[in-house]
Amino acid sequence: MRFYAICVYLFLYIPIGVIALFSFNAGRHASQLQGFSTKWYGKALSNPFVMDALETSLIVAFCSALFASVFGTMAAVALQGIRGPVRVAFDMLIYVAVMIPGIVIGIATLIGLVTVFNQLNPVIVAIWPAGFNPPKLRMGIGSLIAAHTMFLMALVAIIVRARLAGMDRTLNEASSDLYATPLGTFRQVTLPMIFPAILAGFLLSFTFSFDDFIIAFFVVGCETTLPIYVFSSIRRGVTPEINAIGTMVMGVSLLLLISAQLLLKRERRKSR
Amino acid sequence: MTQRARNWLLLAPAGTWFLVMLIIPLTVVFIFSFGERAPSGGVVLALTVEQYANLPARWAAFKNTMTLAPIGTLSALFIAYPLAYFLAVKANPRWKTILLVLVIVPFWTSILIRSYAWIFLLGGRGIPALLEWVGIEGLRLINTPFAVLVGIIYGYLPLMVFPIFVSLDKLDKRLLEASSDLGAKPWKTFLQVTLPLSIPGIATGCMLVFILLMGEYLIPALLGGGKVFFVGNALVDLFLQSRNWAYGSAVAVTLVIVMLIIVTIYMRLIGRLGASREDVSIM
Repeated sequence: MRFYAICVYLFLYIPIGVIALFSFNAGRHASQLQGFSTKWYGKALSNPFVMDALETSLIVAFCSALFASVFGTMAAVALQGIRGPVRVAFDMLIYVAVMIPGIVIGIATLIGLVTVFNQLNPVIVAIWPAGFNPPKLRMGIGSLIAAHTMFLMALVAIIVRARLAGMDRTLNEASSDLYATPLGTFRQVTLPMIFPAILAGFLLSFTFSFDDFIIAFFVVGCETTLPIYVFSSIRRGVTPEINAIGTMVMGVSLLLLISAQLLLKRERRKSR
Repeated sequence: MTQRARNWLLLAPAGTWFLVMLIIPLTVVFIFSFGERAPSGGVVLALTVEQYANLPARWAAFKNTMTLAPIGTLSALFIAYPLAYFLAVKANPRWKTILLVLVIVPFWTSILIRSYAWIFLLGGRGIPALLEWVGIEGLRLINTPFAVLVGIIYGYLPLMVFPIFVSLDKLDKRLLEASSDLGAKPWKTFLQVTLPLSIPGIATGCMLVFILLMGEYLIPALLGGGKVFFVGNALVDLFLQSRNWAYGSAVAVTLVIVMLIIVTIYMRLIGRLGASREDVSIM
């Protein structure tokens, strides 16, 4: 039994390890280990296409995670005190947003936004003051952030609600009995307790957005995110440079994920 | 400000976002699926089921998905179950959490990089080159259904382990003792006590993996080399390459309907078992 478990762990981690190992390989291929070198990292980091894509990915991940954390938390706090059809509707939307496959979100966002933009663009041209260049709405970083925020917001709401449900409600009552305003109670009682959950939600959202390929593939327009860059270079052939990029991406994700896990685990233990 | 007004205000951003980015886009897809392709590449609104009648044109994609998704789900189940059992029942409680985290974490990292790892391993200069070294020659692994299956199992194993672990972990271990005290052999205890009680976890895991597989694009695109074609690949082709939005919308709607049917069957099954819905939050 233990042997079996070890085998499964090896299966899970060997491929990641091999990529990391060969990213330091001086040779070009898996079949030729030729000594330690960090040249592929240097090559990746001095490639302007990689750096551009990385910048786009970081901007998208940061903005999506920020919006998702704020809106998701707001919704979670409000849903705490609501019953009836509004709550049922939000429960369903949150569930659908998380369950629906990325490819469907990508398609729906693409044709939904393009249709809306096609209607709006002539209107903008018509009302724009003559002599100025009217802006043109199109797919890009903005639409990608909007799409990521939509489903990550649902994810944050789920995490924060789980934390709120585990909270001792008498604390809030005590706070208002002691004449704290609702805002004061929120700032001094609720927020400190749910903050680790919000932070964990932010980190998870950041990782998810940073790693997402399929939604970006549909909605990012002419821009390139890091996963899209990696995807198109893989199609041209396997290069050691991709090993280096992959190792860095994996490293950053693992770091963020483990932090998120620790935050959530510690809170769970505290609430027992 | 009343409590009510405050709650509405707090819900406003999330509500607006859901409306603009989820409800309206999904409605547009639904409406377009009854439309016709415009000569310019857009969609002419109509009320025709022509696109749906034309679905068999992409029969190969549906067939591939409907064969490899169940095979992949079942393979993942058979590999995941013993591991979940080990983690929930046999593992040292001190190490349980960290071992579980080690299973879950890969699921949240880039599926692109993890699939790429298998291109690297299965490609001509990876495992086949090693096998040649020991005398097995001419073995082609990459761009085969087998490679896609390996990628599927690798990608979705964590998602299968987690719900099964949750259901086995909740199981009262005294039941197992009672069973063996009453003279049941270990395998009989497993078949008559452990397995039936873990069915909700198995159902949750299978449903999650199956649903995600139906919309999968990356794994077949990278490891199938264009020969193993899923519905997801057909959708990318229809929306980004051949730009047939009306037909693509019909394929997407069909995909969502099949998923809804599976979720409904799952809910019924769970309801009939009288079990509570398993915790599907994988974090």
